[in-house]
Amino acid sequence: MTSIPTNSGGAKGEYWETYKHQPHWRNNEDEFEAAKLGMWLFLATELLLFSGFFCAYFVLRMFYPEAFRGASQEYLNWKIGAINTAVLLISSWNVAVAVRAAQLGQKMILAFNVFFASLCGIAFLVIKLALEYYPKYQAGEIPGALFTFPGGHGEYLPSAYDPIFLSVYWVSTATHGFHVLIGVFLLWWIGWRALKGHFGPKHYTAVENVGLYWHVVDLIWIFLFPLLYLVP
Amino acid sequence: MTTIPADTAGAHGHDDHDAPYYASKGGFFVNVWDWMTTIDHKKIGVMYLFAVMAAFALGGAAAILVRLELFQPAVTVGGDTSGMWPFSTNLGYNKAFTLHGAVMVFLFIIPSIPAALGNFMLPLMLGAKDVAFPRLNLFSWYIYVIGSIFAIVSILLGGVDTGWTFYTPYSVSFDQYGRVIAMTLAVFILGFSSIFTGMNFVVTVHKLRAPGMGWFDMPLFIWAIYATAIIQVLATPVLGITVLLLTIENVFKIGIFNPMYGGDPVLYQHFFWFYSHPAVYIMILPGMGIMSELIAVHARKKIFGYKLVAFSSLGIAAISFIVWGHHMFTAQGELASAIFSGLTFLVAIPSAIKVFNWTATLYKGSIALTTPMVYALIFLFLFSIGGLTGLFLGSLSVDMHLHDTYFVVAHFHYVMMGGTVMAFLGGIHHWWPKMFGKMYNERWALFGAGLVFIGFNMTFFTQFFLGTLGMPRRYATYVDEFTTLHQISTIGSWILAAGMLIHLAVFVTSLFGGKKAPPNPWGGLSLEWEAASPPIEHNFHHEPVVRHGPYDFDDAVPPHTEPGEFPLPAPDGKAKH
Ligand code: HEM
Ligand SMILES: [Cu+2]
Repeated sequence: MTSIPTNSGGAKGEYWETYKHQPHWRNNEDEFEAAKLGMWLFLATELLLFSGFFCAYFVLRMFYPEAFRGASQEYLNWKIGAINTAVLLISSWNVAVAVRAAQLGQKMILAFNVFFASLCGIAFLVIKLALEYYPKYQAGEIPGALFTFPGGHGEYLPSAYDPIFLSVYWVSTATHGFHVLIGVFLLWWIGWRALKGHFGPKHYTAVENVGLYWHVVDLIWIFLFPLLYLVP
Repeated sequence: MTTIPADTAGAHGHDDHDAPYYASKGGFFVNVWDWMTTIDHKKIGVMYLFAVMAAFALGGAAAILVRLELFQPAVTVGGDTSGMWPFSTNLGYNKAFTLHGAVMVFLFIIPSIPAALGNFMLPLMLGAKDVAFPRLNLFSWYIYVIGSIFAIVSILLGGVDTGWTFYTPYSVSFDQYGRVIAMTLAVFILGFSSIFTGMNFVVTVHKLRAPGMGWFDMPLFIWAIYATAIIQVLATPVLGITVLLLTIENVFKIGIFNPMYGGDPVLYQHFFWFYSHPAVYIMILPGMGIMSELIAVHARKKIFGYKLVAFSSLGIAAISFIVWGHHMFTAQGELASAIFSGLTFLVAIPSAIKVFNWTATLYKGSIALTTPMVYALIFLFLFSIGGLTGLFLGSLSVDMHLHDTYFVVAHFHYVMMGGTVMAFLGGIHHWWPKMFGKMYNERWALFGAGLVFIGFNMTFFTQFFLGTLGMPRRYATYVDEFTTLHQISTIGSWILAAGMLIHLAVFVTSLFGGKKAPPNPWGGLSLEWEAASPPIEHNFHHEPVVRHGPYDFDDAVPPHTEPGEFPLPAPDGKAKH
């Protein structure tokens, strides 16, 4: 992305204090507002992207109820899902605190919360990989043609429709996980810049926007979790 | 605004500040590097222009091959069976038309007007220095290039033969060497480019209008680009997820669209058309925006019903999201079809409003038959035919007969080529002096436009007959009765191509030997004409202030002014030289 000019001014000339908008803007406020509007638009596209998964879930469930009925209990452990939900919720809270800290110019609180949130993100991914993806992979509970799980489930056993639930599960959670991963990197970037004193009451565009992104990734999980893990 | 350079460039020396945006900075490599890393919307617009033109040439070449194969009923070219012509087999033919369709839709027509002309003109027309996110703008150009490379790789791997719609199960069942994967990934990547451009434009329109420019002081081209950008942002993600799922299905054999693993192919069609119907308005809306500019400026008349034209853009954008089912009359349930048929008629209303308003604008205007105006008239004529036949297709019972025939092919070529491409060509001629600071040869350009018009109608009007007679689309062979019509169509395609080549020649000669263009050759009133031709690096010397509406020709222009007598006098009475 952008190369950040290293700030060599003393305590007085912190980057955020002297920050000047790019030349095509009239003032800093316009630039900030524009960045936020842009971010909201981008997040709208993210929600639409995921709405494709939700659509697929509902339509396929309508067509093949037997492939979905009981599938969540059969293949997924709601406790792991719940833990992951909690982890993400905590991280979202951290991010909210971080944005507030940036507005108040509390550099260390900002950096701490951002890094803590990124740790939560990593924990989420580790739990997902170690406790869900890997055992599933070993058991053959993988989607489509790769599906080798001997037991299957439901009334029509063994049926070609069996892997559908897992197909939806794998693609939607993997896409979500990928977003979490991106989010972790973004949080590091914010944390690093925060430590360098880039953010303060007058300039915290990036914190705000990455925060929005993280909340939306969290929100998407809030929808995925009950759909995949809880609905019987 | 007093220091706009005069048309006699050499007369007084230009200092650096006055140099055109593309003024060279150093040696060859310095300049190439300068272009590759530029965040200047004008340069990016020009880079897009060249890229989409290259795509247009590639897609056009494929089209010529397709038509060539159809010159005779059998799968040969001129009776040749030696395999010298790779596209003269069933498989080769399928690949040729897929290449044509996918390249034209995803590489050419979707980015064409917004990304090339829009990028260049949007900030200028708003009186801004650049788009809201200049770096994102450059980034989206690179994404476009990467996506195009994927598309070309799929060709090198042996070509895709699924049609541009990639319907399952075919597209997920017979994919050797990952060709379909490469192509669908290309579409996925290109989608991002489109989304980023759209986001950029929406924010630019919201935040970077010149002082004094309210929403209803914007040129209508901006309104159209704005509506387009909204569709780009809201529809493209659905295409993204669709082709992403398609790619994943191909790689991992997942069953979401593939019936072999329990998926549902009709679900694919719904997903695909949920994007691709709005996408046809991504294609046409910017063309409609150009139309408003061409008609008003070259007839020097206040546009009739400004607000209606502006709102109909938004209306089209909104309605376009609820009519996708008209592509699936033969695939979905009857009730759904009936509902979609009804909704489809709605979308014709805002389109027709525009057509009537343009026609009303022409009434009593002082029409100058310049190439842009001629293209505007061609658009009016061809788009009306295209839109009307869309209504035929939207009628459920009629479409049962016409679906998947050449009638549909003719319909969408009348709207896409007869509409968008004609507007694009008109727009390029209209803004060519502004973009490159050179005039083009009017007489040759008009000749080219004439050939395009004749060739186009020969090529595609015949296809309405073919369709009603029952000629199905996407076949390399046909029964002997259709031979004459097919041959007229093929010969038309040559005339069309000749017209395009003339345009190309006109542009090239203009670049290297054209007359120097004045800042305002047509006497337009929107802000881009207040900048120099070509504009300086930061567009304007001072942030422009809006003094009159973009179409106030009655008030702002003294009567009996010839276009050549522009630029207009500034309010203080002194000529703006
Ligand atoms: C007056 C408004 C329009 C109406 C009522 C309309 C209606 C329709 C209908 C009902 C079909 C489906 C025909 C079938 O497959 O049996 C169709 C196909 C198509 N239309 Fe339109 N249309 C309109 C405008 C446009 C515009 C403005 C464009 C593009 C710029 C466009 C592009 C297409 C394309 C590309 C297809 C064929 C897609 C394919 O199957 O490959 N249409 N139209
Ligand atoms: Cu449609």
